[in-house]
Amino acid sequence: MSRRDVDQEPRPPGLRGATRVLLERELDLAWGGGGGPLLACGFFVCLTAILPLAAGGDPRTLGPVAGGVAWLALALASLLSLERLFERDMEDGALDLLTLGHLALEQVVLIKALAQWIAIGLPLALTAPVAALALDLPASLTPLVALTALIGGAGFAFTGALGAALALGAKRGGLLIAVVVLPLFIPPVVFGAGALERAGSGQPVGPALALLCAYVLFAAVVAPFAGAAAVRNAQG
Amino acid sequence: MFGLSNPQRFMAFTGPLTPVLWGLAAVLLGVGAWLSFTVPADYQQGDTVRIMFVHVPAATLGLGAYAALGVSSFFALVFRHALADAAARAAALPGAAFTALALFTGSLWGQPMWGTWWVWDARLTSVLVLFLFYLGYMALRASIDDEQKAGRAAAVLGLVGLINLPIVKFSVDWWNTLHQPASFLTPGSSGLDPVYLPPFLTMMAAYGMLFAALWLTAIRTEIRRRRVMTLRARLAQEA
Repeated sequence: MSRRDVDQEPRPPGLRGATRVLLERELDLAWGGGGGPLLACGFFVCLTAILPLAAGGDPRTLGPVAGGVAWLALALASLLSLERLFERDMEDGALDLLTLGHLALEQVVLIKALAQWIAIGLPLALTAPVAALALDLPASLTPLVALTALIGGAGFAFTGALGAALALGAKRGGLLIAVVVLPLFIPPVVFGAGALERAGSGQPVGPALALLCAYVLFAAVVAPFAGAAAVRNAQG
Repeated sequence: MFGLSNPQRFMAFTGPLTPVLWGLAAVLLGVGAWLSFTVPADYQQGDTVRIMFVHVPAATLGLGAYAALGVSSFFALVFRHALADAAARAAALPGAAFTALALFTGSLWGQPMWGTWWVWDARLTSVLVLFLFYLGYMALRASIDDEQKAGRAAAVLGLVGLINLPIVKFSVDWWNTLHQPASFLTPGSSGLDPVYLPPFLTMMAAYGMLFAALWLTAIRTEIRRRRVMTLRARLAQEA
């Protein structure tokens, strides 16, 4: 091997390449093994089906709470696959490799959260309008349900990733994630369900949507740093 | 101030201080209770106004304890200081208790005043979320075996939870709620009838002393517990 060949060893994939590879890997893992999105959507539908059975199927009682129930189910269904988000990579050593890789750990957390949003939040956002319709929400509100569920899903993904990172190495991690993360899920539920309620009573939805977006942006800034700190601590 | 971050000096300094705080808290609580029961009843609220002297300080200290937890978490996380970690841990349980007391007495007060035990208004809900943060903090700490890792993970959560504090504080100003807006220390507002100031301020001071005493005692206990753990580990190594 000549000196020249050594100099021209394959360039490491740039930041953009590494980001794409990681995102694809995360999506493959989410879509491929275990059917995460299907599981989340199935859980969502089950929760939706239980409400009319528990509270009675009268449209007059179901209609007013349809949006709220859709949001409750959304928050709970978003919890489902969080436990595997870091735990799996921690167990097989992939997380250590990711720490050594080109990407900062903050970026890894951000990308994992984005993948969680695309793999779980997006299918849920498509399921939510159907569930809301089944609960007698006016059909005119369904686009808004999908939109708020899509934005809120990003918030769930970011704070959820933070909770998953915090619970690394804990006993009964899944349950712990729920206790840690659900209080953080309260603002998007308030703003998201609030937007639906305001739209239902003919008020402008702009303020609620703006607050929802503000929450998501805030979570997008805080979660990668806090999550990376938690992951480093668990590896420590 | 920062000289006290040495556990040895901290123990020496707080040793005589803690009983004084406990004594002050007991005296102030006694005087405050006596004052609370002897002020005249409110022309509007009747005797239920006395709930205020338990409720408002408890809510204030519930928030204050979380601030203490958050600041301690910051120092524990950034400077990796064991004493700060002990302080954060020690603030959680008293803080949760004060918050629970505020929720409970608020409920007792709400029933005669608003005709309901509970409403989902912004102040009540955000205080409930504060309580949930305390629970989450303690649950996270308890469920990670490695104490150092548990402490640091909990510190991250404690810092994130600080976001809730301004929401609780300003919830009554930002949203139109059933809960009355801040009336004390608000320029321009008619505020509290001066008759109620002595018991109110005494109870505030009493709760403050009580929290300080509880907090210091818990930190001292935590330091001793860690010493015992270290000694045990050393003994086990030698054996």
